[in-house]
Amino acid sequence: MKAAPFAYARPSTLDEAVAELASADGGGKVISGGQSLVPVLAMRLARPEVLVDINGIAELGRIERSDGAVEIGATVRQRAVERDRLSAEVPLLGMALPWVGHRELRSRGTVCGSLAHADPAAELPAVACCLDATVTLSGRTGPRQVAAREFYAGAMMTGLGPDEVLTSVRLPLARRADGYGFAEIARRHGDFALAGVAVHVRDNRVTVTGFGISDRPVTRTVTGEVTGDLLDAMVDTDGDGHASRDYRRRLFRVLAEREIGKARARAGRKERDDDQ
Amino acid sequence: MSCARIEDPALLTGRGRFLDDLDPFAGTLTAAIVRSPHPHARIRGVDLTRARRHPGVAAVVGPEEVAAELKPFPLAVKTPMPYYPTAVGRTRFVGEPVAVVVAADRYLAEDAAELVDVDYEPLPHVTDIEAALGADAPLLHEEAADNVATDRTFTFGDVSEVFATADHIVAGEYDFPRYSSTPMECYSVVAEWQEEAGGPAIEAWSNFHGPFSMVAVLAGAFGMPASRVRLRIPADIGGSFGIKAGIYPYVALVALASKHAGRPVRWTEDRIEHLLASSAGSDRKMRFEAAVSADGRIRGLRADLIDNVGAYLRPPEPSTLYRCFGNITGAYRIDAVEIRSRAVVTNKTPTGLNRGFGGQQLYFGLERLVDTIALRCDVDPVELRRRNFVRGRDFPYATPTGGVYDSGDYHTALDMLCKNADYEALRRRQAAARRRGEYLGIGVATIVDPSATNIGYVGLATPAEQRAAGRGKSGSTEHVRVTVDPNGVVSVLLGTVPQGQGHATVAQAVVADTLGLPRDQVRPVVEMDTATTPWTITSGSYSSRFAPLLTSALVEACERLAETIKIAGATLLGTDAEAVELADGVVRLRERPEESVPFRHAAGLVHWDPGSLPDGVSARLYEEAAFTPPESKAASRTDQINSSLCYGFVAELAVVSIDPDTRSIRLEQVFTVHDAGTILHPVLLEGQVHGALAHAIGGALYEEMRYSPSGQPAATFMDYLCPTTAETAYELDSDHLQTPSPLTKLGAKGCGEGSSMSLPAAIAGAVADALRHEGVEITSLPLHGDVVHGLLERTTEGTN
Repeated sequence: MKAAPFAYARPSTLDEAVAELASADGGGKVISGGQSLVPVLAMRLARPEVLVDINGIAELGRIERSDGAVEIGATVRQRAVERDRLSAEVPLLGMALPWVGHRELRSRGTVCGSLAHADPAAELPAVACCLDATVTLSGRTGPRQVAAREFYAGAMMTGLGPDEVLTSVRLPLARRADGYGFAEIARRHGDFALAGVAVHVRDNRVTVTGFGISDRPVTRTVTGEVTGDLLDAMVDTDGDGHASRDYRRRLFRVLAEREIGKARARAGRKERDDDQ
Repeated sequence: MSCARIEDPALLTGRGRFLDDLDPFAGTLTAAIVRSPHPHARIRGVDLTRARRHPGVAAVVGPEEVAAELKPFPLAVKTPMPYYPTAVGRTRFVGEPVAVVVAADRYLAEDAAELVDVDYEPLPHVTDIEAALGADAPLLHEEAADNVATDRTFTFGDVSEVFATADHIVAGEYDFPRYSSTPMECYSVVAEWQEEAGGPAIEAWSNFHGPFSMVAVLAGAFGMPASRVRLRIPADIGGSFGIKAGIYPYVALVALASKHAGRPVRWTEDRIEHLLASSAGSDRKMRFEAAVSADGRIRGLRADLIDNVGAYLRPPEPSTLYRCFGNITGAYRIDAVEIRSRAVVTNKTPTGLNRGFGGQQLYFGLERLVDTIALRCDVDPVELRRRNFVRGRDFPYATPTGGVYDSGDYHTALDMLCKNADYEALRRRQAAARRRGEYLGIGVATIVDPSATNIGYVGLATPAEQRAAGRGKSGSTEHVRVTVDPNGVVSVLLGTVPQGQGHATVAQAVVADTLGLPRDQVRPVVEMDTATTPWTITSGSYSSRFAPLLTSALVEACERLAETIKIAGATLLGTDAEAVELADGVVRLRERPEESVPFRHAAGLVHWDPGSLPDGVSARLYEEAAFTPPESKAASRTDQINSSLCYGFVAELAVVSIDPDTRSIRLEQVFTVHDAGTILHPVLLEGQVHGALAHAIGGALYEEMRYSPSGQPAATFMDYLCPTTAETAYELDSDHLQTPSPLTKLGAKGCGEGSSMSLPAAIAGAVADALRHEGVEITSLPLHGDVVHGLLERTTEGTN
């Protein structure tokens, strides 16, 4: 379990990072927290020619608020967000982060790294999709914005180009009367979910994002009742040794119905508070 | 004698010295192993040229070198299934070593390993027990008639008569899964091939812990006497729970690599290699059948056991089948028994020791059967067990298979369990939960916990008429050497090779108490060096041997040592040895304890002034002892064997709840009562109970060495799920009963394995109990939400 040989670059500017990736011509790989990438390297399942370490790029470490949204830079650790007031301003993020691996992993792992890694059972891509977040991808032709819901192309597959860095994610701050729900079931604490759900309720509109149930996060927005059939249809993963498709369907439906109920109750409670 | 573990300060402050921390030879190179990606393939050719040319590579050894320079390891049976440290001719499991590359560092070695060109011709494979027994099954070993490595049937008592006259015949078929242990440090070997005047020799450091019968197996591959293979084992081996008994083929491989490299070679197994190809407890398919009278008494038992030992019958297999032979009837009085014991080879990793060794498999089947009998007889499962228990007045109790249970009080232990758990209240709680539509289940297991294995059971795999006269196997011996220095400090050299259990702590306390010394005047040494530490074939840390055997050897050695010290003390006090005793660090007059000399002065006299000792007394301040219980005899001509020296007892109760919506299982409570004879160290005993329970939770609810239909095993911690602290946060009530063993010096029995055998059965019983009204029966493990879902959906389909 030792990585195959690779070159290592630690640029101090984004332009240099992009230039490294471009010159690697598809053989480059960005590393920040390394919590998913390093094991894959050690198992020689990934064999990049150049590892581009973006931890030295100061501008990627920022958390900035503007226009009812927050932008989290590429090297911001999950644990830093978890401990920031951000986890209250974007409650779904605060609800999801404790489920991401273990605390030790979150102290190194980054929010953007998880988004770019695109594990279909990961929590943060689902949060980004549920909240209709936008990711910024920076390459030779400059930055471009892509909706999270458009970003995922399959298991471990995204719209990120070979010379691009996912430099930030922009998440909308919660409005007062919004309600949220988040839950997942895994075989053990800290494992990737067998099925998980993120829920956002605003007025009479419910957004449900499932994870661990397909090759990417699956999002549906419904006005009014969310039917069991709709939830069942979101689950299209094949079964594995941990859970069959049929069982995942059951889990997802149970979790989604529970969390939708909680999110509606939370939204309703705040509306009543406002009325008083 | 509770006291803090003397091992802990170093371990807890990062000063443990594990094998990979040690650098015993200058100029050591590093090895990486090329492994088979196929479950079964013919090796058409191996080309080592490119790998050998890679910069930094010192040697590459492949199947050709292995076959030419080593003999197959000697096996326990004569079935032609040759086993080498690498594949030879064919590869028979995913992860089987095919070649070893020696280079300047591990990175280079892994780079070069990718350049070993192996031409495989994939063959049909089989991983399932029943499929491997099929007439058209792929044959793993071409010289063998089929995939059955050993097949023996044993009958004790009038089985046919008992079954013919039974009121009920209750049967069940059960599958026990393959799971392992996951020690913190994986396998690690540093070996040097040495050319001596008298011929070649090997010095190998490894985190092996016994059984030392494997030293003979290892030396056999080189055609060397065991004394030319010097094994060194550090004090900290990083845990094992039995799994590291399977390291010796790698010791052979690394030693051979050193011979070719002309330099010492280190190989440290990584986690993927460990999960892929080290070892595991065997998976077992079993059928039990009981002849039962109307009142629920079990009169006869038939057991058909089939172990999946993987691709080779790697010694000490087929011991999983025989380790519990003498206690195959468990805690119950059953006079007539028929057993068929088979081991089948398949395209899986070879199996071996795993905490509980043979017990978790046996008791899963037996205890599920006992629950089924209780249902059939409409008797509460606790009451049914009570009716069948070996009674207090029956001890020593001879089982039909040759076991002699040394002591016990099963009824009292079960009463303690029911009282601690408030069994009646639990049943009321269950009834109330069921009325609310909740699933709550209570499972009970009562098992005999064998300790101090008698290796004589290995003989049973060979029919009695083929067991050569004068070549018998028996015994259960452990060795110590105790020495006193000129300052009166007592050094204790142990032959048990601890895996982290705390042997040093207990040895220190036993010696201090026996010699009347403060603890800090005793210095245990647990490192093993086969050239200097006393040992024989049965030495090592396995089958819960330390408490019954090693502490007995300590007492024997210390009693002899005390005689010399008393003589020296008496000389200083101007009296006879009979008039003095050892206590509080002094030699004192029995009648006038205030008249004394320090222990160290007595020791000093023997060292410095032996001329003052009475004539004929030797200046001997070192004693060795080999505790050799006469009860551990070879298997009889009628195939009976007292397969362990001591037989403890565990009564356990598990409470589970199952979420009706998510169908997830939650282990809520465990109540457990252990009888391990005299308790030597309450805190360490409790630690062993906690650890065995966690191991059992792994096997019952999480861990499984699964193989895909293409023969690929799960080989990462993403798929092989060990319970963590979060999964072991159940409520535990642990209690103890002490019925001392009459056969050991301190009355102690083993205790490290009990719950790893009982809790899987108790959890299965609890899940079955929770779901019984849904028509669900539990006959296999592991159990988790997906399994419960499948079982409930199946019964729903069935009734629709």
